[in-house]
Amino acid sequence: MSKNQTHNRWRQSEAAQGLFLISPTFIFCTVLLAIPLGLVLALSFWTQNYLELDKTLTLANYQTAWGEEIYQTLMGRSLKISACVTILTVLLAYPVAYFVSFHIKPKHKAMWIFLITIPFWTSYLMRIFLWKVILGYNGVVNGSLIGAGLIEKPLSFILYNQNAVVLTLGHAWLPFAILPIFVALEKIDHSLLEAAQDLGEGPIRRFLRVTLPLSMPGVLAATVIVFIPTIGDYVTPRLVGGPNGLMISNMIELQFKKANNAPLGAALAVSAMVIVSVISLIFVWLNRKYLKAR
Amino acid sequence: MLKSITPLKIYILFFLVFLYAPAILLPIFAFNDSAIVAFPLKGFTTEWFGVLWETEALHSAAKNSFIIAITTAILSTLLGMLAARANARYKFPMQRPMMGLIMLPMVLPEIIVGVSLLVVILQLGFDLSLWTIILGHVLICTPFCIAILSSAFMNLDQSLEEASFDLGQTRLATFWLITVPLVMPGLISSLLISFTISLDEFIIAFFLAGTEPTLPVYIWGQLRFPQRLPSLMALGTLLLAVSLVLLILAEYFRRRGARKTGTTDTGGFL
Repeated sequence: MSKNQTHNRWRQSEAAQGLFLISPTFIFCTVLLAIPLGLVLALSFWTQNYLELDKTLTLANYQTAWGEEIYQTLMGRSLKISACVTILTVLLAYPVAYFVSFHIKPKHKAMWIFLITIPFWTSYLMRIFLWKVILGYNGVVNGSLIGAGLIEKPLSFILYNQNAVVLTLGHAWLPFAILPIFVALEKIDHSLLEAAQDLGEGPIRRFLRVTLPLSMPGVLAATVIVFIPTIGDYVTPRLVGGPNGLMISNMIELQFKKANNAPLGAALAVSAMVIVSVISLIFVWLNRKYLKAR
Repeated sequence: MLKSITPLKIYILFFLVFLYAPAILLPIFAFNDSAIVAFPLKGFTTEWFGVLWETEALHSAAKNSFIIAITTAILSTLLGMLAARANARYKFPMQRPMMGLIMLPMVLPEIIVGVSLLVVILQLGFDLSLWTIILGHVLICTPFCIAILSSAFMNLDQSLEEASFDLGQTRLATFWLITVPLVMPGLISSLLISFTISLDEFIIAFFLAGTEPTLPVYIWGQLRFPQRLPSLMALGTLLLAVSLVLLILAEYFRRRGARKTGTTDTGGFL
C-alpha cells in the first residue's frame, strides 16, 4: 500500500472526520479557555510591582491568600454560604422534581419544566434587586407581616446579611438543581417501585430504599452544578449581603479592578476553585462508595 | 390536579409563588405611579416607559447588547453545531477530554471565565471592546447550544443520510439538503437561547467591557441612583417580555424538532 493511499484512508476514517469537525470549537476553547486558565495559574505565582509584572515564581500571593485573616474569613464565609445555598436548593428542588416526574401526566411534563425554567431567564440583575425590594425594611415581606398584625416593627434580620445572600442565590440556582434530579427520577424503572410495594414496603420506606438511592446521581449532579458556580457570584453579595455578607468573589473582583493586584486576585481565584473542586470530588466519591456498598 | 390536596401540592404552590415572586413584582412596579420602588402601590402610569424612550445612553447600551447577542448567537450555534455533530456521529481519540473542555464553562463560575479572558487580553495588549465581550459570551453559550443540538443530532436517522449518498449526492450536499433541514428546529432553538443568555449576561460583560457598556452593565451603573429605579423596572419589564417571547419560540421549535425526528421528550432546554 502506498503512503498516499494510507493517508487517504485515514482521511476518510471515522476518527479523522470527527477530529476535523470538532477542531474549530476545540481550538476556540483551547485559545480562549484552556490557555487563559493556564495564564491565571501562572499569574498567581508572579507579583505586581506597580505597573510592571515581576515574573519570578513565588508563593507570596498564596501566603497572603491563605495566611491573612481577611482572606481566611472571606473564604470560610463563601464556602459556608455556598454550602448553605446548595443544601437549600437541593432540598427545595427535590420535591418539585419528584412532583413533576411522578404526579404530572407525561404530555404535560415538558410544559412544567418550561414553567420552572422561565424565572431563570428574567434579567439577572433585576431579579437580585427585586429580592432587595421584597426583603427590605419597607419591603413586601415586612409590609405584609405588619399588615397582617403578626409583627409590630419591621424585621431587620432578613436583608443585608448572609441569610439574604443564601435566599437570593438559592432562588437563582433552583432550576439548575431541579433539572438533573428530574432527569434521574425519569430514568427510574417503575416496575422496581411496584416490586417494592408487592414485597410489603410502605410508601416512606419504598421512597427511602428505592426512589432516593436510584435518584442519587441526579442529586449529586445538582449539588456540584450549584456548589461550584455559587462561589463565583459577586453581584448578589454586593446587592443584598451588606458589609458582613461579602464573599471571596468580591475580593477577587476588587483585586483585579480597583486594587490593581491581579496576581493576588489570581491566587485567590485559584485557591477558591481548588477548594470547591476538592470538596465536590470528595462528596461525589463518598456518595459513590456509599451507594455501591448498598 | 384539585381532586385531592396533598402536602406535596401545597408545597408546590408555595414553591411557585417563591419562584415567580421577582418576575411578578417587576411589571407591577414598572406601572406603579411612584418614584419609590416600594409598597403600597400608588396608581397606574406609563411614565417610566416614556423615560426610557428619552434616555440616550440607554439606547446605545441596548444597541451594543443587541450587536453582541446576535453575533454571539450565530458564532456559538455554529461552533456548537460542529461539536455536537462530531460528538454524536463519530468516535475519535481524546473525544471525552475535548468535549469536557468545551462543556467546562457550564460549571465554571463566570467570574473565572471573565478574569482569565481579561488577563489574556490585557497581556496581549488588546483593547477591551464589544468583541472581547462577544468572545466571552460565545465561550459560555456554546455548551448550551451543544446541549440543545446534541439531542437533535442523536435523534437523526442515519439511514436518511446514507440514502442521499447512495443516490449520488456529495457529503456537503447531503449535509445541506438532508441534515440541516432535519435539525433546523434545534438550530433555531439554539440561536434563540444563546441570544437570550448573551442579552442578560452581566458578570463577564462587566469584566470585559471597555468604554461601551451593554444593557446589564448600564443597569448596574444606574442601580446606585434611587431616582432611576422606576425606569429600570420598566426596562426590566421590557427585557422580560423580549426573553419570554424568544423562549416560547425556542421551546416551540425544540418540540417541533423532537416531533420531526419522531421522539417523545419531556426535557427542558438543559
